[in-house]
Amino acid sequence: MSTDGSLSGKRFIVPIGPQHPALKEPGHFSFTVDGEVVTDASVRLGYAHRGIEKATESRNWTQSLYLLERICGICSHVHALAYCLGVEKLAGVEVPPRAQAIRVLVAELERIHSHFLWLGVAAHEAGFDTLFMYTWRDRETVMDILETLTGNRVNYSANVLGGVKFDVMPEIGDTIRRGLEFLEGRTHHYLEVVTTDQVFLQRTRGVGVMSLEQAETLGVVGPTARASGVIRDIRVEAPYAAYADYPVQPVLAEAGDLEARFIVRIKELFESYRIIRQILDTLPVGELQTRMPRRVKAGETVSRVEAPRGELFYFIKSNGTDNPERVKVRTPTLCNMASVLVTAVGHQLADMPMILAGIDPCFSCNDRTVVVADAGGAAYNWEQIRHYGIAFYQGK
Amino acid sequence: MELGKVWNDVFDRVKTWARVNSPWVLHFNSGSCNGCDIEILATLTPRYDVERFGVKLEGSPRHADVLICTGPVTLQARDRLLRVYEQMPEPKFVIAVGSCAISGGAFQGCYNVVGHVDEVIPVDIYVPGCPPRPEAIIDGVAKLLGKLQTPAAARPVEETVI
Repeated sequence: MSTDGSLSGKRFIVPIGPQHPALKEPGHFSFTVDGEVVTDASVRLGYAHRGIEKATESRNWTQSLYLLERICGICSHVHALAYCLGVEKLAGVEVPPRAQAIRVLVAELERIHSHFLWLGVAAHEAGFDTLFMYTWRDRETVMDILETLTGNRVNYSANVLGGVKFDVMPEIGDTIRRGLEFLEGRTHHYLEVVTTDQVFLQRTRGVGVMSLEQAETLGVVGPTARASGVIRDIRVEAPYAAYADYPVQPVLAEAGDLEARFIVRIKELFESYRIIRQILDTLPVGELQTRMPRRVKAGETVSRVEAPRGELFYFIKSNGTDNPERVKVRTPTLCNMASVLVTAVGHQLADMPMILAGIDPCFSCNDRTVVVADAGGAAYNWEQIRHYGIAFYQGK
Repeated sequence: MELGKVWNDVFDRVKTWARVNSPWVLHFNSGSCNGCDIEILATLTPRYDVERFGVKLEGSPRHADVLICTGPVTLQARDRLLRVYEQMPEPKFVIAVGSCAISGGAFQGCYNVVGHVDEVIPVDIYVPGCPPRPEAIIDGVAKLLGKLQTPAAARPVEETVI
């Protein structure tokens, strides 16, 4: 703990991170506190910045797919999906409808796993470890489904450029239905817990409130925005893959507090169950892949998908060679991070882990910008920025 | 003098017994994609339940016996990793979880990646996989516990290799 210059002892800056017990990922937060109340907050990101965007330029289109999938282990499928959709659009390749439907199926299964994961972690931040353990026990059901379907629990690698890798056999369909039935029952229970448990409600109701206007000004995305009443869902606004055939009903809440974010995410699970069942019932027949050219013709495109945390944005530029010329990724956590700093003010320090967990932060998604302070107005190119970065850290 | 040696010997045995029965684990993400981290968390939860070995996840490096490290080490995270490692009391042990922690994995050659974990701190157990299954992580922990049975396994205090 350090003072901010005034020795009155009234205001302190409490540094948290990058290694901290609240989250499993590195991020540094400074909370200025007056007694117990937070008066100012700032964040420092970038501990998990690896330079993936630049690395795609030295790998070919297919190799980049596997690299981009490893931006984030929780939502690896949507990263690969956004990239594939973009590259296929650039190459002018039509993906078979069965492959598109399977992509949506895996994306929704991933949403279930991600929301269960978040529910557990958020409950853990509230000190409600019983709920954490129960949700993670139930989450193993969807992990089993994903493993049966794709062969891996995390980083399923379901996509290839031009389609998907595996088929959904009827017997797997039955396994998925049985798993969903169990999960649906549990989800009803969790919805009841987060809306009726008095102790838990004291940690969530009226905490971290973000109004509709604030949400729109801050540009938040995904369930965080929908909990404040903003209808922002790429699956509805600009249906991609097979979402046009399997329309989604966006789940909204008005309150904008932590309780609303719990309710929105849990109710989204029901929507995911419904879509998965619908896909299993009406899976189109046909091929799984189409042929993809090794070189993608020159051009640039934008690809947007709805990750479990919100809008995931890819900009892809091709110069007609084997490798992408530029891939730019903007992830939902970066859009939502500012809302933490705004809503934190006025709350007690003990609420900070909950408010932070409320946006479902994912730092490994997030850390993809290099901010060069005091550059003296000079513009850097890639090579100079690389040298600057290396010199900066070696000088330390 | 003789009594002191006996006392030390008994004390060492008690410490080893306590450490093997309840190793406290600290988790540090040095630039991982989260995949290994969620699997480590899954090992703590009811299906895999690594707590039956007495393993407890601990928030502070000063209370931890074992550092579980995931991900390639990024330039920003390197100093923090070293600091966390140095804050841990001796004897300390490191488990590197995942392909990235072992070799850099998919992130080899990225400009902000220093490399694998054992370029920065000494590693005792390597658990491969992208990400490793919870069973594999449990196997790694069990192997480390086996290694801890003998007091001599504790690495002598040494300068950290950077």
